[in-house]
Amino acid sequence: MLIRRTADILPSEITPPDVYRSRRNFLAQAGGLTAAAALPMASAHAATAFGPLAASPLSTTETPTSRRAVTTYNNFYELGTDKSDPAENIHRLKPSPWTLRIEGLVNKPRSLGIDELLKLVPPEERIYRMRCVEGWSMVIPWVGIPLGSLLKLVEPQGSAKYVEFVSHYDRATMTRGVLDWPYTEGLRLDEARHPLTILAVGLYGEVLPVQNGAPVRLVVPWKYGFKGAKSLVAIRFVERQPVTAWMKAGPSEYGFYANVNPDVDHPRWSQATERRIGEFTKRKTLMLNGYSDQVGSLYAGMDLRRFY
Amino acid sequence: MTPSNPQLTAIKAALFLACLLPAGLLWQGFEADSLGANPIEAITRSLGEWTLRFLLITLAVTPLRKYTGWHWIVRLRRTLGLFAFAYGVAHLMSYVWLDQFFDWPAIAKDILKRPFITVGFAALVLMIPLAATSSNFAIRRLGGRKWQSLHRAIYPIAMLGCLHFWWLVKKDITEPLVYSVILAALLGVRMWWREQERRRQLAGAYLPQTPKFKGKVIKIFSE
Repeated sequence: MLIRRTADILPSEITPPDVYRSRRNFLAQAGGLTAAAALPMASAHAATAFGPLAASPLSTTETPTSRRAVTTYNNFYELGTDKSDPAENIHRLKPSPWTLRIEGLVNKPRSLGIDELLKLVPPEERIYRMRCVEGWSMVIPWVGIPLGSLLKLVEPQGSAKYVEFVSHYDRATMTRGVLDWPYTEGLRLDEARHPLTILAVGLYGEVLPVQNGAPVRLVVPWKYGFKGAKSLVAIRFVERQPVTAWMKAGPSEYGFYANVNPDVDHPRWSQATERRIGEFTKRKTLMLNGYSDQVGSLYAGMDLRRFY
Repeated sequence: MTPSNPQLTAIKAALFLACLLPAGLLWQGFEADSLGANPIEAITRSLGEWTLRFLLITLAVTPLRKYTGWHWIVRLRRTLGLFAFAYGVAHLMSYVWLDQFFDWPAIAKDILKRPFITVGFAALVLMIPLAATSSNFAIRRLGGRKWQSLHRAIYPIAMLGCLHFWWLVKKDITEPLVYSVILAALLGVRMWWREQERRRQLAGAYLPQTPKFKGKVIKIFSE
């Protein structure tokens, strides 16, 4: 049985991606032709299910992967271990109503729903490269909020050094075994605060589909995709480095950092190249997934072979 | 029930077409763009799984024959074995061509450095002499006994195939486990027969001239 979530927007009101993309292209071109003063904000905004979204200088200009591929080729083991499974099992996760807890070593812990979250920090469009540890990649136009802005609001205590992310898990409807549930991930506090790190609530200008981690998920574009824990129920500030679900599953294969690195192979396969979904030949994988300029300094002096 | 020669020819032709079906469906899926977001992975993976399936089907012929008494099915075994080889070659080609696009240094590195590729490649190389000696001429030339011992290489080949799949998956080992259990059953039944045979021979060894005795044979050794 398909349980439909009550949308807070009519499907007819949602602008199809191809329409808003062409609008955006038009606006961008118009913005280029007209003096900046004549169209002050037009080129930076586009109409979406979230209202006008601010574009970000952190977005890539590469062509996004098709919406169909982004929403049918997913690793979301709670909804099945084949990549086509999650899109077929969306009824197993009900993304509304939802509560996200922010807890641990913070002065102002709080629980909040998605609407509240979006009122606290306005969503932006972030077009990011996504590199999976399995050797494929995509370009995904996320809608998300900078995690750092949210972290500031809860006032982390001085002893908080790491942030742990916990995904929703319901034993009755979701995959049993395979990993030690619930799925957990972690970041160093400075990684969590980095402007590139976002909590995604949508993609292609629309509400985040269940198979992509609805209603809210982590996106850390310079790390392998599995760091982006889906369907988050808790963000926890802790003192010690958390042990993540994949570290428990294979400590020799998956480390805490999981930074995209063409020079550090997975023990069983090379990470030097990747297949961009939709392309025929492989491309070279870039250090830190091409975000070295922005995040390289986070790892200055660290041996990334040891801290993989 | 033993089919007549024309019937067997028809069965062989039907089997040949059936064996081509997975490849045909894969081609159709590629043309129709219905293989998902990563068709190259889907093709490579499917060809590999069919290689393993054909190996297991080939290994199932002898047990099926023994338990059903359909001795004629052994005459289908060569087709099944050769299709296992053909799918294996296609699987390797899809890796070399579609996946790596003839990047020979990367391929050589993979074969040497990645245990799962090493064992898969070894399995395919081991299949070459078997495919090469599949003709009636080769069987006659080698002699039945030699031919048979050479073709027992299918046992390690199938084991390497299962291991190749097992080491490839990231975490969910359900599928390789299913193939491995089936293989274990197919090899286990052979070990059981061999043990039975050994016992029979052992029992017989103490009665070297059994045929000479008339009347009741008295066992003087108990096992």
